[in-house]
Amino acid sequence: MKLRSWVLIFIACNLLTFSTISAFRLSRSQPTERISGHAGDVLDDNPVGRLKVFVYELPSKYNKKILQKDPRCLTHMFAAEIYMQRFLLSSPVRTLNPEEADWFYVPVYTTCDLTPNGLPLPFKSPRMMRSAIQLIASNWPYWNRTEGADHFFVVPHDFGACFHYQEEKAIGRGILPLLQRATLVQTFGQRNHVCLKQGSITVPPYAPPQKMQSHLIPGKTPRSIFVYFRGLFYDVGNDPEGGYYARGARAAVWENFKDNPLFDISTEHPTTYYEDMQRAIFCLCPLGWAPWSPRLVEAVIFGCIPVIIADDIVLPFADAIPWEDIGVFVDEKDVPYLDTILTSIPPEVILRKQRLLANPSMKQAMLFPQPAQPGDAFHQVLNGLARKLPHDRSVYLRPGEKLLNWTAGPVADLKPW
Amino acid sequence: MKLSALHQSYLNRRRSPLDSSVDAPSKSFLAVFWLVLHCLCCLISLLLGFRFSRLVFFFLVSTPTTNLYSPPFRPNLPPPRIDLTPSNATTAEVKTSSSRVVVGRHGILIRPWPHPDPVEVMKAHRIIERVQREQKAVFGAGGKGSRTVIAVTPTYVRTFQALHLNGVMHSLMLVPYDVVWIVVEAGGVSNETASIIGKSGVRVIHVGFDQRMPNTWEDRGKVEVLMRLRALRVVKEEKLDGVVMFADDSNMHSMEFFDEIQNVKWFGAVSVGILAHSGNAEEMVMSMDKRREMVDEVEERSSLPVQGPACNATDKLIGWHVFNTLPYAGKSAVYIDDVAAVLPQKLEWCGFVLNSRILWDEAESKPEWVKEFGLLNENEGVESPLSLLNDPSMVEPLGSCGRQVLLWWLRVEARADSKFPPGWVIDPPLEITVAAKRTPWPDVPPEPPTKKKDQMSLSQGNNNVVVIPKQQQQQQQQQQQRSSKVRKPKRRSKRNKHEAKPTDTTTQVSSSTKHHQERN
Repeated sequence: MKLRSWVLIFIACNLLTFSTISAFRLSRSQPTERISGHAGDVLDDNPVGRLKVFVYELPSKYNKKILQKDPRCLTHMFAAEIYMQRFLLSSPVRTLNPEEADWFYVPVYTTCDLTPNGLPLPFKSPRMMRSAIQLIASNWPYWNRTEGADHFFVVPHDFGACFHYQEEKAIGRGILPLLQRATLVQTFGQRNHVCLKQGSITVPPYAPPQKMQSHLIPGKTPRSIFVYFRGLFYDVGNDPEGGYYARGARAAVWENFKDNPLFDISTEHPTTYYEDMQRAIFCLCPLGWAPWSPRLVEAVIFGCIPVIIADDIVLPFADAIPWEDIGVFVDEKDVPYLDTILTSIPPEVILRKQRLLANPSMKQAMLFPQPAQPGDAFHQVLNGLARKLPHDRSVYLRPGEKLLNWTAGPVADLKPW
Repeated sequence: MKLSALHQSYLNRRRSPLDSSVDAPSKSFLAVFWLVLHCLCCLISLLLGFRFSRLVFFFLVSTPTTNLYSPPFRPNLPPPRIDLTPSNATTAEVKTSSSRVVVGRHGILIRPWPHPDPVEVMKAHRIIERVQREQKAVFGAGGKGSRTVIAVTPTYVRTFQALHLNGVMHSLMLVPYDVVWIVVEAGGVSNETASIIGKSGVRVIHVGFDQRMPNTWEDRGKVEVLMRLRALRVVKEEKLDGVVMFADDSNMHSMEFFDEIQNVKWFGAVSVGILAHSGNAEEMVMSMDKRREMVDEVEERSSLPVQGPACNATDKLIGWHVFNTLPYAGKSAVYIDDVAAVLPQKLEWCGFVLNSRILWDEAESKPEWVKEFGLLNENEGVESPLSLLNDPSMVEPLGSCGRQVLLWWLRVEARADSKFPPGWVIDPPLEITVAAKRTPWPDVPPEPPTKKKDQMSLSQGNNNVVVIPKQQQQQQQQQQQRSSKVRKPKRRSKRNKHEAKPTDTTTQVSSSTKHHQERN
C-alpha cells in the first residue's frame, strides 16, 4: 500500500513538471510524439544541482555600456549573449563562491558593434576579448589555473570565435588563440571547420519569443502551402554575380523553382511571415553567408518541417534534439531535384515529423524566453555544460606550465582595447 | 586594384610599339585613350549589369577552365596570386582534411528543364490533402474529440421525397464524424423510403409512425413534431450518445454546420436561413418590381430571412430572431400544393441541437434547467424544442453567436395528386413499338400552336422509333377525346413526368424523349 502511494505521488510530481513546461502555449491538443531513449528525454533534464557557474564581474565597459550605446543588440539574432548573462545572474546555478564553481562565465558582448543597418562588425571583437581575458587573468587566479579550460564564452556571431563575417577571412584567422582551451557557446556549426572547436555547444540564433507567440494562428487552419521561403537568393550588394553567396544554393533554388506553384518563394518581407509559415508544410532553411539561419528556429516553433540545405552543418543541441527525425536534409548538389525529393517522402513520415515538431519541449528548447522557463535554450546550454562534467584531470595545469600563446594572431589584434 | 592591373597590361601593350616616344603629346593621347576606354567599359558594365572589368580580367589573365554554370571549381584567388594550380588553391581551403565543403565561388546548378513536373505536382497535392485530413481529425472538433451526429428526419412517401431525402442523405454521408440517422416515416415503414435510405451507408434507424401525413402545412407541422418526439424517444431508449440535430428532409445543410454542432455542451441554437419560396414565377416578378418601387420610398423593408439566436455585444443570448411573416399575411400556403409562400413556424426545430444525454433517464450530470424528457406530455402541444427546457435562456448560441447561417429551411412539394412511378423505376413492360415512318393512325392536320410551350410541333416526323408505355398510350387516347380542354398554366416543375399532356394530334404521339426535349 505504501509503495502504491509513493508511486502515485511520483506520478503526480511528473504531471506537475510536464504541465509547467507548457508555459509557452502552443497546440496543446495536437498529439505529440517523443523519441524515447537518450535524445528525447535529455531535453527535460534539469541542470539545477548538477553544476555551479561563477559569473565574473567585469567592468561595465565590456557589457552594460556597450548595450547602452546601442539597444538594438537586444533584438537582433545575436542577442543570446546578452540574455545569457541576464539569465545566469538570477539563476539557481549561479554561485558567488568561485572555489566551488565548475564553470566560469565571462560576460563580454563582442557582437554589439552594429552598423547603421544593424549588422555587427567583428573587427574590434578580438581585441575586446583579449582585453577581457587579460583582465580576468590578472585579477583572479582561475584563468591561469586551467588556461581557460573550465571557462565558457558566448560567441554567437557568424563564424563564432573566428570573429569575421567572410568565410575565407574567418578561416584564415582561425579561432582566437586565447580561446583554444575554453568552451565556446556559438550559433555556428559546421563539421570539419576551423571555426568549430571540439566540445563547443551549438545554440540556435535568438528569435523573439513574444513576437512569435503573438502571431500564432489556430491549429485547424489547413496547411495549404507545400514549400515556403522568404529571403534573399542573390546578395546583390556583396556578390552580384552569384555563386558566392550561399555557395550558389539559394540561387539554384530560385532558378529551378521560381515558376513552380508548389514553391512559395520570394524575396518579399510580408507582414504575415509568421502566419504563412504556419500554413506551410515544408520551410526551406538554406545556408546564407553562414550555414545557420533563424529560419530553423521559426520553422520548429511554427510546426513547419525544416528543409535544411547546408552541407555538413551542425545543428543546435545536436546531442539532445533528433534533427534527422524532425527535419529533411538535402545536399547542396541535390537542390535542382528538391521537388522530387520532397514529394517522394511518404505521408506517414511527414505526419510523424509534424507530430515530433508539435512536442512542446522541442519548441521550448529553441527559445530564449525572458524570464527563463524550464526546458528552454538556456537550460539546454547548462545541460550541455553539465554533461561535460566532471572536468578531466588534465584540465588543471601544473604550476608554471603555459599552453596558450598570448602573442599569437594578427598584429592588429594585440592592440589594447 | 584589378583595374589598375588591367590598366598596366594595356599600357604595357601600348607602350611596346610606342616605346620611343614617351613624351607629352603621347601622354595626353594616352590619357584621352584611357578616358575613352574607361567610359566604354562603364557603359558596357551598365548594360551587362555586373562588373565587366572583373570578368575581363578573369578571362584574360587566368586560363578559363569551365564556364560559370558548372560544378564547383577551385576558387578564384585574389589578384596577387594569379595561378590556379591546385596546390595553391588548397591553402585557401579549410585546414583540416576531408571536408567536402569548398569555400569560394560555386556554380549555380540548374537542371536541364527547370519547370514544374505535373507528376510531382500531383504527388504534392496528395500529400497536402493527407496532411489537411490529419489536421481536421486532430483539430477539427475543437479538441473535444468527434461526437456522433444523430440526425432526426421525419418523412413520408410523396413525389418529392426522393429529391429531398437524397439531398439529406448525401449531406450525411459527407459528414466526417459517425452518423446515426433516425428516419421516422408517416404512414408506417415503406419500401420506398427503405430503398432510398438503404443506399446511405450510415447507420439508419427506420421508424414507422402510424399517422398519415395530413394535407395542410399547419397539420403537417404538428405531425412532424410528434414524429420527432418519437425519434427522441428512440434516442432515449437506445441510449444513443452524441449530438442530436433535426434534419428535415427538404432542408440543406452546410458542412460547417456539422463541425459547429460538435461544440455544443447541452443545448444549442444556430441561425437558419429561411427560403420562403412562393414558387410562382409571375408573382416573383411582380414582387421584384414592387420591391424596386419600395426601395425608393421606404428604406428598411428588408426582412431578414433568418431564424436564430440573437446576442448582445458580449455574445450572450438575449432573444431570438424570428422570420417576419407579416408581408405574407393572408398570402401563405395552406394546403401542401398551394401556389403561395410556405412559411416556417415561429421557431423551427431544425435550428436547435441538443446533447443526447438530455434525453436519457438518469439524472447523471444533466443540468437542472432541462426537463425530464420521459415525463413530457405530447398532447400539451410541444411547439419548439424549447419546451424541453425549464429555462430557455440557457441555450448556447452557436456559429459565432448566430452570425453564421449554417443551414437553410425550405419547403417545396408537388401537387397532392401528383403521381410518380414507384421506386422511380418505369416498371410496366414496354409493349408497343411503333415504327415512325409508317403509323397506323390516319393523317390529321397538325394543331395550331397554343399558349403552352409544351406543345411544340408534334407533327414533325420523328425518325427515331417511338416507344410508348401502355399506360401513357391509354391516357393519350383519352386526351385526344377531350382535346379542347385547356388547363391553367401550371409550374412545369411540379408536374408529374408521366402525367398526360393534352396532345391534340391524333397522328403523332410524343415519345418520352420528346418530353425531355420540350421540358428542356
